[in-house]
Amino acid sequence: METIKLVYPVEGGDLIEAGEASSKMKLTLKKLGLPQEVIRRASICMYEGEINMVIHADGGQAEVEVDMDHILIRMRDTGPGIPNVDQAMQEGWSTAGATARELGFGAGMGLPNMKRYSDEMSIDTQVGQGTTVTIIIRVPQA
Amino acid sequence: MMRHSVVLDYKRCRGCTSCIKSCPTEAIRVRGRKATILPDRCIDCGNCIRVCPHRAIKSVGDKLDEQLSRFSYCVALPEPALYAQFHNLDDVNIVLSGLMEIGFQKVYETAKAAELISDFIRQGITAGQSADTPQISSSCPTVLRLIRMRFPKLLPHVENAILPMELAAVLARREAAADTGLPPEEIGVFAIVPCSSKVTAARVPEGLDRPVLDGAFAIRDVYLRLLSPMKHLERVEPLSTAGILGLGWAACGGESAARLSQRCVAVDGITNVIRMLEEIEDGRLPEADFLELSACTQGCVGGCFTVENPYAARMRLKGLMKGLPVSRNRFLLLGEDRDIVKRNKELQYVPAFVLDHNREQAMAKQLKIQQLEEHLPGLHCGSCGAPSCHAFAEDVVLGRASEDDCIFKVRERMLQEIAGGSATADDYLPAPFRRQQPPKA
Repeated sequence: METIKLVYPVEGGDLIEAGEASSKMKLTLKKLGLPQEVIRRASICMYEGEINMVIHADGGQAEVEVDMDHILIRMRDTGPGIPNVDQAMQEGWSTAGATARELGFGAGMGLPNMKRYSDEMSIDTQVGQGTTVTIIIRVPQA
Repeated sequence: MMRHSVVLDYKRCRGCTSCIKSCPTEAIRVRGRKATILPDRCIDCGNCIRVCPHRAIKSVGDKLDEQLSRFSYCVALPEPALYAQFHNLDDVNIVLSGLMEIGFQKVYETAKAAELISDFIRQGITAGQSADTPQISSSCPTVLRLIRMRFPKLLPHVENAILPMELAAVLARREAAADTGLPPEEIGVFAIVPCSSKVTAARVPEGLDRPVLDGAFAIRDVYLRLLSPMKHLERVEPLSTAGILGLGWAACGGESAARLSQRCVAVDGITNVIRMLEEIEDGRLPEADFLELSACTQGCVGGCFTVENPYAARMRLKGLMKGLPVSRNRFLLLGEDRDIVKRNKELQYVPAFVLDHNREQAMAKQLKIQQLEEHLPGLHCGSCGAPSCHAFAEDVVLGRASEDDCIFKVRERMLQEIAGGSATADDYLPAPFRRQQPPKA
C-alpha cells in the first residue's frame, strides 16, 4: 500500500488560525476510518506542533504520512532552532514571548505533550537553521 | 435511518449551487440541474433553507388540520421560542389560551419539561455524579446528529437526557389520559417547533427507541393561525406553569443558566459549533463543565421555522420573563420513573464520512482522491454540482460522479477531440448541465 501524504503550510504570527492544519488532518483521518484514539493523539500532537511553529519559528510546514500501521507527522521550520533540547522537553519550560503568553500559550507543555501522545519522537534542530520535529503514532491492528 | 423534513420544490430549484456551499456536512449535490440531498449526511441544520435564493428548499411541519382531525383529544406542546414571535405580548397565557381556541384541548409547555430536565441535571450535579467533562448539551437534535457523524469520540460527553419536547410528550400524554380516561394512543400529542430538525426528531428520535410524539407543527404555521384568536380572547386562562429558566431554553445560553453554578460555554451557529467540537475533541478546553451547543444563531429563536428576527425574538423573550418566578417545576419522580428523562437508546456513531469500511480500501480511495484533486482547477466553482473540488474528487472515486462532470476537464477533452466532433452537442456539457426530464411523481 502506497503511503498517503498530506502537506499543510502553517502561517507564522497567526495564533488565531493555528489549529487549522490539525482540524484538516483530523477530518482526513476520520474519513480513513482510523481508530478514534489514534486520531485524537495525532491531532493533539499536530496542534502543539502548529502552535510551536507559530510562536517560535514564524511558521513552517506540517507533513503527514499515513500508512496502514502508523502515522508519521513531521513539523519542519526554519526558525531559531532549540539551543537546549533537554530543557525544552521539561514540562513548564518555555521561551514564549509576552504576546503568546497573554493569549494563554507558553505554558511549556508543547513538546512534552507531543512526547506524551506519540509513540516515537525525534527532534532535529540547529541553532539559527531551524527545527524538525518528527513523531510517530502507531495504529493498533484490528 | 433518518426521515428528513427538508424537501425540494422541484419547480423552483434552478440548480444554482448556492445551497451546496452552505451545507456544513457537504450533503447536497446538484444533479440534472436540481439540488439533491445525500440523506445519510444531512443533519437538518436548515442552512440550505436559509440561503436558497429561489426559496426552493423547504421544510414542512405536519399539517395542522389534517393531524388534529385524527384525534378526538389533542395536546399542544409549544416550544418557548413560540412566545418570542409576537409583538407587544406581555403574558405567555395569551398564547396558550389562543392554542386552546385553534383546536387543542390541552397545552403542556415544553418550557415546563425543560425546567424538569434542568432540575434533574442539577440534582445529579449536586450529588456529584461523575461524567465525562465537559458535558455536552443534548437538546439540539442537529448537534446530536453532527456529533454522531463527525465527533464519535465525544459521544460519551453528551448528557444523558431526552429533548424537552420528548419529556413533555411523555408527561402530557400521561396527564391527558388521566384527565380524560381515554387510552393514551387516542390522544394526539403535538410539538410546536422552531426548526426542521425537531420535525425530523419527532418522527425519528435520536435517544428514544420509538417516537413519543404524534407530530410536530412549524411555529410559522401556528403563528399565523394564532394571531386572530389571540386578539379576540374572551378570557385569558392562567395556563402557564413555567418560569424564567424554562423560557430561557429558547435562546442560546438559557440552558446553561439553568445549571446555575457550573462553568458553561454557550455556542450558537453550526459553524461555531463545529469549531468548538474540534477543540473539545483535542481536549483544549479542560476548565469547562458544560457546553451548550445550538445549531441556529441565537439558539432556538433562530430556527428556520420562526417568524421573528432571532435577535429581536431574544429581546422579547427577556421581556416575557419579567415578573416570573425563576423556576416553577421540581423534578420529584423517584425510582424507575426517574429514568424517563434519560435516553433509552444509545447514541451511535454514524460513519457517513468514512470512505470505506475496510481501512486498506479507504486508504486506496484517499490516494485516488488526492491524485485526482491535483488535476482539478481548485476553483470550487460548483459547476460539477459538488461544493468543492475536493468533494468532487471524493464523489468521482466513490462512484457518485464522473470526471467529465467537471466543466474544465470536459473543455480539456473537447480541445483534444474538437477536430472530428460536433461542438454543438449537449454531450459536450458536463452531466449537471444536461437537460433532464423531471421525474414522474
